[in-house]
Formats: sequence, structure tokens, C-alpha cells
Amino acid sequence: MNKFNATVRSDILKMIHNAKSGHPGGSLSCVEILSVLYNKILNISPEWKKSPDFEKRDRFILSKGHASAALYSVLARKGFFAPEELMTFRKLGTRLQGHPSTRTKLEGIEVSTGSLGQGLSMAVGVALALKLNNNPARVYALLGDGEMQEGSVWEALMSASHKGLDNLTVIIDKNNLQIDGDVNDVKSLEPLDEKLEAFGWQVSEVDGHNEEEIETAIKNAVKSGKLCAIIANTIKGKGVSFMEDNAGWHGKAPNDDELKRALEELNA
Amino acid sequence: MLKKGLEVKSPRAAYGETLVELGAQNKDIVVLDADLSCSTQTCKFQKAYPERFFNSGIAEQDMMCTAAGLATEGKIPFVSTFAMFATARCLDQIRNSICYPRLNVKIVATHGGITVGEDGASHQALEDVSYMRSLPDMTVIVPADYNEVKQVIKYVSEIHGPVYVRLARTNLKTVFDESEYVFNPEKAVKVKEGSDVTLITNGETLSEVISCANMLQNDGISAEVLHVPVAKPFFAAGDIIESVKKTGIAITVENHSIIGGLGSAVCEVLSENLPSRVLRIGTPDCFGQSGEQRELMNFYGLTDEKLYKTISGYLGKK
Repeated sequence: MNKFNATVRSDILKMIHNAKSGHPGGSLSCVEILSVLYNKILNISPEWKKSPDFEKRDRFILSKGHASAALYSVLARKGFFAPEELMTFRKLGTRLQGHPSTRTKLEGIEVSTGSLGQGLSMAVGVALALKLNNNPARVYALLGDGEMQEGSVWEALMSASHKGLDNLTVIIDKNNLQIDGDVNDVKSLEPLDEKLEAFGWQVSEVDGHNEEEIETAIKNAVKSGKLCAIIANTIKGKGVSFMEDNAGWHGKAPNDDELKRALEELNA
Repeated sequence: MLKKGLEVKSPRAAYGETLVELGAQNKDIVVLDADLSCSTQTCKFQKAYPERFFNSGIAEQDMMCTAAGLATEGKIPFVSTFAMFATARCLDQIRNSICYPRLNVKIVATHGGITVGEDGASHQALEDVSYMRSLPDMTVIVPADYNEVKQVIKYVSEIHGPVYVRLARTNLKTVFDESEYVFNPEKAVKVKEGSDVTLITNGETLSEVISCANMLQNDGISAEVLHVPVAKPFFAAGDIIESVKKTGIAITVENHSIIGGLGSAVCEVLSENLPSRVLRIGTPDCFGQSGEQRELMNFYGLTDEKLYKTISGYLGKK
């Protein structure tokens, strides 16, 4: 694990521990995806609205808003705001709300999410607006696999392909777990790739913890000029042995001892 | 201010026509519909500016959040479908993706109230104002006729923030004269001066209430008629309190459930500021049913004659 990702993982755990609440599992599973986006893909300045190129920035939408801790950490570590603010996560009066909100004017947050199944439709709206404005910026949306049980996600998938939104790329953090257990037990999405293809999307599949694979897949998606969905196979709780692949860590904060053990594993 | 002579016009047509006018002036205006563009009259905008019209198909939840995305980028989306589907089906989307981020989305829903008619209860939104009024930062407007709709649509395009405008399916009697009436969101419109009772209404019941007030006048009862198109923010509170100070009794009339709509708004204001007798007239705590528009208005006591009977009886008991 590279240093950036280890730092993000340790931020996530410290923030959730400090808040005594949050979602470690789905935050840890998407660290590499966010890392590739913010380090290698997104054309976006941490100066945010002060940047002269603000309008031209690529838009990132975290549809699985419960992974907020991961996004906040990445934004802070990229310089959008001071890392010291991370420890205000979920505290009264914070800009780092439990789920991302534009109301608190936190640098780097494009839209408010948290209620699942709504981010992709918003991404479709943003992509349509960019086209109307002849703005070459691109839109990237990160969805959870459990989230894809929301019917409105499929409405949005249908909209995007009907409207030919080649400026939109979807990444699915497929960690195979949701609160009540294994996605395949709760309500299976399979065959997910075929379903997406049937909805008009070109699908690629990557190891969601392999940065090279993620980067290549996104770049290929952009190059293809087609509507692309990338299924990133991930491990919920990735990086902390006792959290990995354990639905119990979807929305639970580590206690003092668990935090200590987790940080030791991360060498952070 | 009031229109002389009888004229009946479609408030939905007023919406469609105004959208076309606004679309010419403001290129940021975009329109979304969910397969009801002929009913809602957004088809007029589609014809004029096809590149700025988006049909979401029968997918209202997707439509609301797509509008949110467009508004995030500075567009001014007008989103239309029937009031039932715009509000009840999309409550979460409107709350979390439009109101919470305080986005500049204009939801203009048609077919509000019992007068949807033959389609019956599944299509009759009797609770939509209640839902929308409970959302933080939402503005809720229920205009009364063709001429007012035109001004309301223009007004909402000029203010920032989420708005819900409720239009009737029915072709309505024109109440306001187009050259004299000026829509003022901050005031109750005193349509008739009176001293014995304050009748408070909005939307398609306004013309019924005016007619009812004239019937009461013949019996020597002087009714003051207030039209309150803006149900939230409740700017008209002061005007209502002032009127009820004079008359002592408030009667609300709306083509909506008596729970959560205009009647509730009036009760909230009066109970806190001027505890008074209030009678709420609207659909009771019930679902609607199939029938012709006028039949239904009559059945639920919303026609001028039924209102006259109900109100005379109520005042007789005082």
C-alpha cells in the first residue's frame, strides 16, 4: 500500500473513531479508486472556487455518500482544506457532515448525497449541463454495489445511455457486502456486467485495489468515447484485517483498542 | 383588479406559454417532463427549444435528481408532471437532492386536487401542498387563474431556490384582470372587503369563494375574501391576522386535504398570534374517487353553492 493510501486509511479510522460513528467498511473499500481519481485522473484544482479554471474542472460525485470519510480525507490530503479539519467529522457545527453536503460549503463537494440511488441522476444532470454549455469537463460518479438495488439507479443508467452522455463515467465499488450481509443473499445484482451492457453501457472489470488497473480502465473509458461503467472488485474494510470482508463493519466505529490495532497494521 | 365579464382559460396553457416566453429571454432555463408534456403543456417549450427540453420518460425520481444536477451547474430547471407523482413519489429526491442543497429547481405540477376527475384517487393529489410545505427552504405557490399563473411563473424564474407551484387540471374562470392585477408574493390579495367573516383561499377555489361571498352578501353577511397564493413562506400571515381581528372568524377553503395545507397554515398563525374560531373546508382525511370535475367539487363541498350552505350553517351556529 502506498503512503497516500495508508494515510487516507488511517484518517478514515481516526475520524470515525473520534466521531464514534461512521462507515469504515465502504470507506476503506474505495480508497484506491478515489486515490487514482484525485491523483491521476481528475482535472481539478484544490484551490476550488478560487481557481481560474474552476468552471473547467472535472466533476466527481460520490453517490455512495456514506463513504464521506474517505472523500474528506482525500480532499484534505490533496490540499482542498486543512487536514486538521478532518477531526471535526460528524461533530456539531462541522462542515464535514455525516454525508456530504454542499450546504456547508466544503471545498471539493459538488453535490449533496447520502440518500442512496440519487447521485447518478445528478451526474446525468451535470453532464447534460456541461454539454449545453460546451464545457469539455467530464463527470465521474462512484456508486456502491448495494446502492444498485435502488431502482432509480437503473432509471439513471437508462437516461445516460438514451442521451448518449459520453462525458460521464461510472465506477462501481463492488465490495459485495451491505448492512444486512452479502449482496448476493440480500438481493443479488448478478449478472451485473450483462445488466449494465443491456442498458447500453460498455463494461470493464478491474481489481479495485490495483491502482494501475483502475487508472488504465478509466483512461480507456475516456478514450473510447462511449458510455462506460467500471466494475471495481473491492474488499469491504480493505487494509484492516479484522474489518475486511465483514458486513459488521459497515457502520460501526472502532474502539480505542481496535483503532490501535488497525493503525499498527497500516504502519501509520 | 378583478376581471369583468366571464372568461374561462387553462392555467396549464398559461404555464406552457410563459415557459416559451421565458426561454427566449433566458438561455439557462431548461425543462424536464416525465411523459406528460402535453398534459402539463411543457410540450410548447419542447417545440420551441428542443435542445433544452429533457423527457425523462416515466421516471420521476430520475427526473428530479437530473434537475438537481442541471441546477448545480447554474441551469434553471422547470420540472413538470402531475402533482401526485411530482411530490408523493419524489419526496426523498426533492428533500435531499433539491431542498437540502437549496438548488434553483422549479417544480411546476399540474393536476393538483380532486378535480383530476375521472382518473380517481390514484391521480388526485390531495396532500401535495402538505408535503411541500413541510420541506425546509421550499417555496409553495398555488395560483388561482390564467393571468396569475403567468405572473407566478415569471416570478419563480427570477427568485433563487426551490419552488413548488401547484396548478389545476381544470380550465378556470379568470378572476384577475390581466392589465390591472400585479402578483405580489408578500401580500394576501383582498378580493372583497367585509366585516363578518374572513374567507381565506387560493388556487381554483378562489372563484367559488368569491361567488359564495356574493351569495352571503344577499343574506346580509359581509364576508372578506383573502386570496393567499403563497402558502410558504407564509408572508400573508400579517394580512390574515389583521382581517380576523376585524371579523373574529376565519374560514379556509382549498382543493386539498384539510390536513397540512392552507387551512393548517392559517391555524398555525392564528393559534400563535390571535386564537380565533377557524373552520377548515377542503377534502377531509380521505382519498378521492372517480367522477366529473364539477360532480366531485360538489361532492366534497367545494362549489360556490355548497360553500354557501356550509358557511351559512356554521355562522348560524355562532
